[in-house]
Amino acid sequence: MQLGEKAGLKPSKPMRDVFGDAFLELCRQNPKIVVLDGDLCNTTKTLAVRQEFPERFFNIGLAESNMVSIGAGLADCGFIPFITSMSSFLLCNAYDQLRLSIAIAGLNAKVVGSHGGITLGKDGPTAMAIEDLALMGGLPTFTILVPCDPTSMHLAVRAMAEHVGPVYLRSSRVAIPHIYPEDDCPFEIGVANTVRQGSDLTIIGCGIMVAAALDAAAILAEEGIQARVLDMHTLRPMDTQAIAAAARETGAIVTAEEHLLHGGMGSNVARAVGATHPVPMRFIGLADTYTDSGDPYDLLKKYGMTAEDIAQAAREVVAAKGETAGA
Amino acid sequence: MPETLKQERSLQDLKEKARSLRLDVLEMTTRAGSGHPSSSFSSVEILTALYFGDILRYRSHQPNWPERDRFILSKGHAAPLLYAVLSHAGYFEREMLWRLRQVDSPVEGHPIQNKLPGIETTSGSLGKGISVGLGHVLGGRLNGLKYRVYVLLGDGECEEGQIWEAAIAAAHFKADNLIAIVDYNKYQETGPISREMALEPFAAKWRAFGWHVEEADGHDVGSVIEKLKSAQAVTGQPSVVIAHTVKGKGVSFVEADYTFHGRALKPEQAEKAREEILCS
Ligand SMILES: Cc1ncc(C[n+]2csc(CCOP(=O)(O)OP(=O)(O)O)c2C)c(N)n1
Ligand SMILES: [Mg+2]
Repeated sequence: MQLGEKAGLKPSKPMRDVFGDAFLELCRQNPKIVVLDGDLCNTTKTLAVRQEFPERFFNIGLAESNMVSIGAGLADCGFIPFITSMSSFLLCNAYDQLRLSIAIAGLNAKVVGSHGGITLGKDGPTAMAIEDLALMGGLPTFTILVPCDPTSMHLAVRAMAEHVGPVYLRSSRVAIPHIYPEDDCPFEIGVANTVRQGSDLTIIGCGIMVAAALDAAAILAEEGIQARVLDMHTLRPMDTQAIAAAARETGAIVTAEEHLLHGGMGSNVARAVGATHPVPMRFIGLADTYTDSGDPYDLLKKYGMTAEDIAQAAREVVAAKGETAGA
Repeated sequence: MPETLKQERSLQDLKEKARSLRLDVLEMTTRAGSGHPSSSFSSVEILTALYFGDILRYRSHQPNWPERDRFILSKGHAAPLLYAVLSHAGYFEREMLWRLRQVDSPVEGHPIQNKLPGIETTSGSLGKGISVGLGHVLGGRLNGLKYRVYVLLGDGECEEGQIWEAAIAAAHFKADNLIAIVDYNKYQETGPISREMALEPFAAKWRAFGWHVEEADGHDVGSVIEKLKSAQAVTGQPSVVIAHTVKGKGVSFVEADYTFHGRALKPEQAEKAREEILCS
């Protein structure tokens, strides 16, 4: 079963290709965009920009630390640098540079990490970014975006260029379905989208796991459980209001992310729930482990991150909600 | 027309300037009770040459003048010196200096960009300066501006891998308006460089990476100016001026004891140091 199939969503392209299309469009519109590449434009999908705008494209080579600080210098000159590479290599090699050269002064620089999560699959754990959201969470001035479908990716890329300040955007390698209409969707930084109405519980997802959440909702609907699904495309600033409303109105929450549970979206949602309206919660994501190499779908299955896993967690929170009410 | 704002000063004036900068650093760090006076003393003549020796083009009343030359303090722990220099150059009031390292003050322990006019980049975690400077070089090209970018490095800092990533890239991009200066005081935090992590043959390393190399007496402002001017004339490749210096320069008992790294002088030590600086 492909992502979104159970929910009847229309398949689309790999997320990174969608990013590449959106980014080329952005570079055509905004001459202030410059690109810094860590010798991976073929795979991060900025190659088309290199071909069309060679003067605004800098391959810094296999030197991520250097690339990030050069980006800071370009931001100082009034350009909007998009610093791009595979997320794990970029963030783990250049974390100090992200922090010192960009985050502390809050420069207007953009970081795009491709190959987020475990679904890049067969290259295995050395290439996976299972910790990127936690790492970027450690840089307080960064806005963090994890779009879930082609339409929202286009809008996210535009929004991150318009937003003044540092932004991290996660893209991934796996093919994703259309969740929103192809011509438009709501996309405001910091405002979560409700992509399915429901009152029995809320599933909060980001990135590819929004499609998995909708699949889970379809499974649950057959059992008479109506799940609300939130697309938490912005992890910082997080939409605490939408989370509090979900807790209040549906009484139970499951989070789903393609990331370590430690320090990812779910733990931040839990903080918001705990501070506003505590309700039973379950968390879908990668428990403290590195994964095998393998087919993306085999990995999602082995590590408990499928629609069925989300549905099972949903059944548990709904049951727990009953217990709390009865107590 | 590139504009030179500072008058040529006689070397004697520059020596006086260096002396008063040393005294300011001493007073700032002693009052703050912490900071890096010895690392600042080591760079005094280098910054004097840049800011007051007709090298750096800047307008302190217009800190973001697009055509200004950039000075990137990569060895950010010499922040007290940078602050003293910026106040002497007219970027902000001298009174600011006495607020070093205090809460609610923009005069932070290490320089934070946008907190005070004249700070081009955030530094403190070592190794980033050439890269940031190279970003300014590439941005200047796209903007059609012809400024120069000067980056001050520590010698221990040159153990950082990023320095050499940036060295490769600056040569690749033929960044001939990028001039690095190494404060080659032969000491890092925990001891002599030769013992802790030997860098020699140092000049040969830069040459091998495609850089033009000049060597200066880093405490002779005239020598620093002369070598910087030679570096300015180089085309097609970046330059580095290796400035031979003494860590703690100007205060004998600091020069003699590398464990002064990162320590302020106690008030009675500062009094002795002040006398030495005044008599030098
Ligand atoms: C990346 C990083 N590592 C360690 C430090 C701590 N530190 C501050 S100064 C210093 C020694 C620097 O030696 P050098 O570059 O020779 O500077 P000097 O004080 O001699 O001018 C160290 C290890 C730091 N600031 N940044
Ligand atoms: Mg040194």
